Amino acid sequence: MTTAVNQAMVEKYKGNFLKEVTDNVEEGNWVKMCMQCGVCSGSCPLGPHWDHPPQELFMMIRANKREEVLSSTSMWMCTSCYNCVARCPRGLPITHIMHGLAHYGKRMGMKPKNQPTEKFGQMFWDNLIKKGRVNELKLGLGLYFKDGFAEGVKVSMGKQKLGLNMMKAKRMSPMEMLGGHGVKDLSGFHAMLKKAEELEAARVGANTDAK
Amino acid sequence: MAKHEYSYYPGCSSQKGASSSNLEKSVVTLCEELDIKLNPIPDWNCCGASIGYAGGGELPRMTLSARNLALSEKHHPDQDVVATCAACWLNTREVQERLNHNPALKAETNIALQSVKLEYKGNKKVRHMVEVLIEDIGYDVLGSKVKKPLEGLKIAGYVGCQTNRPFGIDGESFENPMYLDKMVETLGAEALTKYDKKVACCSGALMFSEPEKGQALVKDIIESAYDSGANMIVTPCPLCQANVEIYQDDINARYKTNFDMPVMYYSQLMDVAFGRSALDAALNGNIIQSKRLREIADK
Repeated sequence: MTTAVNQAMVEKYKGNFLKEVTDNVEEGNWVKMCMQCGVCSGSCPLGPHWDHPPQELFMMIRANKREEVLSSTSMWMCTSCYNCVARCPRGLPITHIMHGLAHYGKRMGMKPKNQPTEKFGQMFWDNLIKKGRVNELKLGLGLYFKDGFAEGVKVSMGKQKLGLNMMKAKRMSPMEMLGGHGVKDLSGFHAMLKKAEELEAARVGANTDAK
Repeated sequence: MAKHEYSYYPGCSSQKGASSSNLEKSVVTLCEELDIKLNPIPDWNCCGASIGYAGGGELPRMTLSARNLALSEKHHPDQDVVATCAACWLNTREVQERLNHNPALKAETNIALQSVKLEYKGNKKVRHMVEVLIEDIGYDVLGSKVKKPLEGLKIAGYVGCQTNRPFGIDGESFENPMYLDKMVETLGAEALTKYDKKVACCSGALMFSEPEKGQALVKDIIESAYDSGANMIVTPCPLCQANVEIYQDDINARYKTNFDMPVMYYSQLMDVAFGRSALDAALNGNIIQSKRLREIADK
């Protein structure tokens, strides 16, 4: 991985990935509180599908396995059910650490390739940012067509009954294609997010410049 | 003037033509019955839901809910914020908590909010609709409103994740919260306390990205309801409702099952028990109908 910010981080935190996580990952300062009891891993509904459950990721962070952690598909399997958070004897916000690690890995250009939840999550964010509110119809169609047009037509045909059911129940509206719901102060909304992104980038940038 | 007034955050899925518009409709009916006035936060925006972290970093995501809170502070200064959606409630409440405990993050959020000429102060209480029903209205009043008891209905109360964790309802346990069962019993139905998937995860947004994994979780939730003898599942969460209801055909095809289990909102049960019509209770918004509930509504 060769993004500039990633290279700078590798340089700056050489041999101390735990410090890098503490400084830069959302809620990452909590990682050092983990006592390796494994309750989080045992409580996770997606447990059987992880390469590295949370407890293991925390150990890998301490063991400087930077590449393996940041490019792992594991964090992307968090369903945000908060079972781990409710049960952690040390009160770690594990759900948020998973989200934070996933986003940081992506920011460093190390996201796993073709991870479906990573793809869907980005589609969701782009969808909500566009008008300030989620357009469920466009999100659904985007999801069907994410692997190309031919595949999309196939998936859509398979989902026809589901779509009709939803329209019959008035829980999906074809009118959403024509614009749909959104915030009125859209330019202000976009300016606000741009500012927030700048401030956050400056924070990570500041950490890199300080080396 | 209504007896109870709140600053209301409906959320994207409650909008007209969206996936939980039946939740919205049934809650509006419920509020008419209980003399509650919900004042929508003017020009509210999406909270980012659970999956927002993929595209949005910490600060951009925080500003989403901060904008809603600041708008509420400006337009409804004396009212608690109330949300009906689990994710809306969780995000708004969590942002409030995180900003109020982190002055640096709060300062940066407020710099971003200057772009929309708003300031976040952080003095609001953020509550879920079920908290309002339990704490401000109370089981006794809810019980006294019942005109058509839901007799004979056996109901599996599915609380799910985000209405239960990490915050939960005051005084309830994370592993076995009782409020939904108490509501069901207040309405005259039987609460199936042996339903062991009460707080299981429906897979949230992973239902869309990894359907095989999501459907496996939902299969267990429905199967367990059948095993405890349920006529229907009831839930407070819009994504739980959607995930558990609308994929039953797909699950039947995948697992050779015959699921046909209605999944209702607590608000729909209340509307019917309070004597309101099937239409007012938004029963037509469900894909799998409960014949029994409809009969009571049409009685």
